[in-house]
Amino acid sequence: MGTVAQFVSQLAAHLASLSGRRTALVSRRMEDKALEVYDVIRTIRDPEKPQTLEELDVVSEKSVEVQELGEDEYLIIIKFCPTVPHCSLATLIGLCLQVKLQRCLPFKHKLEIYISEGTHSTEEDINKQINDKERVAAAMENPNLREIVESCVTEPDD
Amino acid sequence: MKDSLTALCKLSGHPDSRCWFVAWNPSGTLLASCGGDRAVRVWGREGDSWVCKTVLQDGHQRTVRKVSWSPCGNYLASASFDATACIWRKKEDDFECVTVLEGHENEVKCVAWAPSGSLLATCSRDKSVWVWEVDEEDEYECVSVVHAHTQDVKHVTWHPTQELLASASYDNTVRLYREEDDDWVCKATLEGHSSTVWSLTFDGSGQRLASCSDDRTVKIWRECQVGDEPGTDTVGADLNWNCVCTLSGFHGRTIYDVSWCHLTGALATACGDDGVRVFREDPTSDPMQPTFYLSVHVPKAHSQDVNCVAWNPKEAGLLASCSDDGEIVIWCYQLEA
Repeated sequence: MGTVAQFVSQLAAHLASLSGRRTALVSRRMEDKALEVYDVIRTIRDPEKPQTLEELDVVSEKSVEVQELGEDEYLIIIKFCPTVPHCSLATLIGLCLQVKLQRCLPFKHKLEIYISEGTHSTEEDINKQINDKERVAAAMENPNLREIVESCVTEPDD
Repeated sequence: MKDSLTALCKLSGHPDSRCWFVAWNPSGTLLASCGGDRAVRVWGREGDSWVCKTVLQDGHQRTVRKVSWSPCGNYLASASFDATACIWRKKEDDFECVTVLEGHENEVKCVAWAPSGSLLATCSRDKSVWVWEVDEEDEYECVSVVHAHTQDVKHVTWHPTQELLASASYDNTVRLYREEDDDWVCKATLEGHSSTVWSLTFDGSGQRLASCSDDRTVKIWRECQVGDEPGTDTVGADLNWNCVCTLSGFHGRTIYDVSWCHLTGALATACGDDGVRVFREDPTSDPMQPTFYLSVHVPKAHSQDVNCVAWNPKEAGLLASCSDDGEIVIWCYQLEA
């Protein structure tokens, strides 16, 4: 009886450590994916200033969260911090994030982009617009908007 | 789950772009599709597969978002982000553009032909719903511009038997309209969804309306008739529709489309999680408080968001879907033997 109890408790401890290790592996993978995503967005240029979103602290590594959705598919959540409370600029940055990620991410993903809470008075309105793919698609067919977005997302060697 | 949804045919509908919408013609023999490549395609059956019979490429300058067949099957209307709707007349395997409906201030999100054949509705990001009348000489005239919604209007659909129009909006509501004194007016506002309502579908009898939303639910609405005498003219009375059922917890992301089969009563959904689902009504449930159960779920129906689902109006169990990946899939839905 004693040895059975010992065996069971050893087995339980082993499984717990395996599960703990698996969790650690999964979060490591999520961190790697998040860095991959961050690498794509950090070089996006601000629509108004000659600096990147990273340089202006609009995004940082902490802005990106990745969750596993299924086999080889990930949910990416980005929270960005616009430099000025100007509504149209925030929407424009959101649009740039959408477009660049849609184009450049090599792995299968679903995307959610939000303004960091408390950084904007009309953040709910902006978040809704940025995440409406029909609105994003229509905006990108507007030649003026398209030109601005392209100038923000295109890499110098594209 | 023994019910099944089997893919019969996969069509590369709109190469390198999104396929936004598919619609069957009234006789169920043709499928029209449209997309981000600014084209409308018409597909016909050839043996066991479907082939592209026509490509209408030069009708629009931007994305074609939706298409709608006239009840007689001779006309196809297309709605585009270029702020117009185009009317095409069928001539054998080809279509010619007979008129362009202009007037909306920006993207037209939907066009829908009324069952009478003499009315059309369009809606737009400009927040308005337009009702158009067409006469025997193919002359189109706008008879009403309704500004009821407070935001982008995503979808319009007609009641199957009455002259009743429904619209769905980014303002999270569904609105119903009737003609009153030669003008179309909003007679009811259905609230309940907590985010954009993307699409609507009436059941075969028109007694119920299903809506789907960015809030990841489907709502079933039913008209409440309080002390109504048969034959009473209800013009002037506000309509009273209530939500009698909410399907929640089934969809992982935004639901872009919902379609009610008029032959079998099955309800299909198109979801941003790449899945297609079919729901059936529990036959023992109270019609005033119906319950629906998930009959089939195909999780990877497409490799990207599913934008549209459409039941064939003549062939029971035949379903078409389309996706951001540009593909169209034709499915066979069967109940367990």
